[in-house]
Amino acid sequence: MDGRALLAELPRLRRYARALVGERAAADDLVQDTLERAWARSAQWQADSNLRAWLLTIMHHLRADQLRRRSLPLTSADESELPCRPTQSDGLELDALAAAIGQLPEEQRAVLLLVALEEMRYADVASTLAIPLGTVMSRLARARERLRQILDEESGGTRLRVVQ
Amino acid sequence: MNDLPVPEAELHAFVDGELSAERQAQIVAWLAQHPADAARVHAYRTQKEQLRRLYDPLLDESWPVSLNARVSQMQSPSASRSLFDADDKAVLSTSPENQRVVRTPLPRSLFHKGHWLAGGLLTLSGVLVGWLAHAYLQPPVTPIVSLPRQAAVAHAVYSPDIRRPVEISAENEEQLVNWLSKRLGARVRPARLGPLGYQLIGGRLLPGNSGPVAQFMYHDASGQRLTLYLSSENTANQETAFRFVAQGPLNVFYWVDGQFGYALSAAIDKDELARLAKAVHEQFEPR
Repeated sequence: MDGRALLAELPRLRRYARALVGERAAADDLVQDTLERAWARSAQWQADSNLRAWLLTIMHHLRADQLRRRSLPLTSADESELPCRPTQSDGLELDALAAAIGQLPEEQRAVLLLVALEEMRYADVASTLAIPLGTVMSRLARARERLRQILDEESGGTRLRVVQ
Repeated sequence: MNDLPVPEAELHAFVDGELSAERQAQIVAWLAQHPADAARVHAYRTQKEQLRRLYDPLLDESWPVSLNARVSQMQSPSASRSLFDADDKAVLSTSPENQRVVRTPLPRSLFHKGHWLAGGLLTLSGVLVGWLAHAYLQPPVTPIVSLPRQAAVAHAVYSPDIRRPVEISAENEEQLVNWLSKRLGARVRPARLGPLGYQLIGGRLLPGNSGPVAQFMYHDASGQRLTLYLSSENTANQETAFRFVAQGPLNVFYWVDGQFGYALSAAIDKDELARLAKAVHEQFEPR
């Protein structure tokens, strides 16, 4: 495998890892571990298959391992968990969203992010996370409803608008 | 169009474009008459759009130092799989035991120190070598076991602080140095890490085991923070090799040199931190 093909996926892997893990150093560690494992196992990758999905699968295995043996973590050394400072007008909304995302159970967050950020098909999410399609659907539904509740509470219920 | 309620799963599938065109159209018609479902669909779409707005800027973020090293290895035409052997990262924080202590070789300069050759007792060199080896192979003795732990906690407490990471900032470095030296009862000063990309933010006084200790804080261009923890409490006056501990995402190198215990902490790659630790060690070497 060409190392450059792997590197081309790096920005997206990082975006996803940061959204999933929240904290920068831990997310970057996860990306680095993913890259290295992928590189070490590049013989297992089939040239005509989807490289990104393969990498995300590796990342999820590593992440599951990490969560299984998680020890007492020290606080992050990063100055902020929020990756970006968007424009003034939607800054508050996005802050609230970032906080709400952080409150979701990680298994729900993973499904939501794969669908929303990575725009993966439900079936691909199921195979990446090695869970049944029905579980993908129920986690997605719970994540979205939970986010909607949290954000509604934040905005005092005034957010609900009917459009369409 | 039938009037059976649309299952919840289909509302999601609608939002994510997983339905057939025909079913998609039926749902549009359903939503027109069912405002509660329409509101949900709207909320889900908004979430999706805002998630992109929130996280897309990360696509353009510069890579951290730790990744850069790997990236440059992968980009080089000679990159071979052996560079990435599984053992390669045995001591990083994701290793099976999350906390490990490893030794890295002592910088050569330590061997130039006068005192263990003092008196020219070269006939005893065998004994001395044995003693040194003994010092090497021993697990950390009690007083310094707490050093990395204290340093890691101090790092975790102060380095995320945006407004007040230090008590005296680098602009008043002279004042900082005089104050800390006075309180620690020994001359202390911050290491210069500018050539390695880390600028001094400032420092603070902290309680140690039996008295005051000092913490200097640095940051790099990306805002990554690094702390140097300096204790003058080491009454045993021994020397140790560099030792390394990973605690979650935080890596700590620590060593004892004479009266001083040093610990360098940052959530950065171990190799990068080792380079910084060596630079600090060289600067504090007695002349």
